[in-house]
Amino acid sequence: MDYFIIIISAIFVNNIVLSQFLGICPFLGVSKKISTAVGMTGAVTFVMVIATIVTYLIQMYILVPFDLMYLQTIFFILVIAALVQLVEIILKKVSPALYQALGVFLPLITTNCAILGVAILTVQKEFNLLEGVVFAISNAIGFGLALVIFAGLREHLDLINVPKGLKGTPIALIVAGILAMAFMGFSGLV
Amino acid sequence: MNQLQNFSKGFFKENPVFVLLLGMCPTLGVTSSAINGLGMGLATTFVLVMSNVVISAVKNFIPAKVKIPSFIVIIASLVTVVELVMQAYLPALYKSLGIFIPLIVVNCIVLGRAEAFASKNTVLTSTMDGLGMGLGFSMALTMLGSAREFLGSGRLFGITIFPEDYGMLLFVLAPGAFIVLGYLIALIRRLRKA
Repeated sequence: MDYFIIIISAIFVNNIVLSQFLGICPFLGVSKKISTAVGMTGAVTFVMVIATIVTYLIQMYILVPFDLMYLQTIFFILVIAALVQLVEIILKKVSPALYQALGVFLPLITTNCAILGVAILTVQKEFNLLEGVVFAISNAIGFGLALVIFAGLREHLDLINVPKGLKGTPIALIVAGILAMAFMGFSGLV
Repeated sequence: MNQLQNFSKGFFKENPVFVLLLGMCPTLGVTSSAINGLGMGLATTFVLVMSNVVISAVKNFIPAKVKIPSFIVIIASLVTVVELVMQAYLPALYKSLGIFIPLIVVNCIVLGRAEAFASKNTVLTSTMDGLGMGLGFSMALTMLGSAREFLGSGRLFGITIFPEDYGMLLFVLAPGAFIVLGYLIALIRRLRKA
């Protein structure tokens, strides 16, 4: 039951993009087409889950025993940066097809605050490893859901006659606001 | 370009939030009140100026292959300093900014200026650039925070302007952040053209 609450809360109620404001850069940057949004979601899911597991282990077996908690930020960001490089190299060798699909998005992920954010939140909320993994997967799904819906809306937005001053980013932000309002409807669910 | 232009471009011509659209996560996430926006802006300004100074000073000693990782280590160390200082002297602000303080590390403005400006310019020029960009960022965050606080709860920097009951709570919540920022960007565009 606990896992169910984590999943629903991360995907709908506290959606990582629309109510926590993490990962806004890719949310605004790669949401012009549904196909790129799906690719980005794949890459984020992949890295987010691995990063959460690795940073969790580092926190539990290195930072806490040696009382180095104040180095958390430095450790985590380095691990994520190294991990992204590693994933890129491994993917290139093992599965060229998957690399083709996700390749362009991987370098962008180091500066995606959703990855570091979820890693830190997992530690802050004192989840165990399995809960952390479930939390990471649900957040990645929540990220993907918001991104794909928003990409669909933006594809429609291209065809609509928007007032001149609001064209482009301003109207996209306002639409995102209305989307966030729709997600507010889920609050109270958990 | 002289130093004054280097400093002033961050406010209007190349404002990181309104024009370059960088650093959106803290921009939207912490601006539920003007004071939070200002606090976040100043913390980022400190990191930005210091990282520009350090990186422009050591740029010739860093091999090209490990440039970005070295930049990230420098920035992360500075963020840790800010984190510890805030925790000690401004515990209330530290609490309300929460997770967005460690996330200054992944703020695209900081790494962006390091890579695009500080790694190619002298210490003095980079300092001016960092200061201008940082204060421009603070200005944008304070504007957004003030607008949201005023519309949402009828207050400005905590001072009541009109009774809270008439405020529109929506603007303090998540959707308000997107909507107010959208209109602010449209307004700035209009002003830039005029």
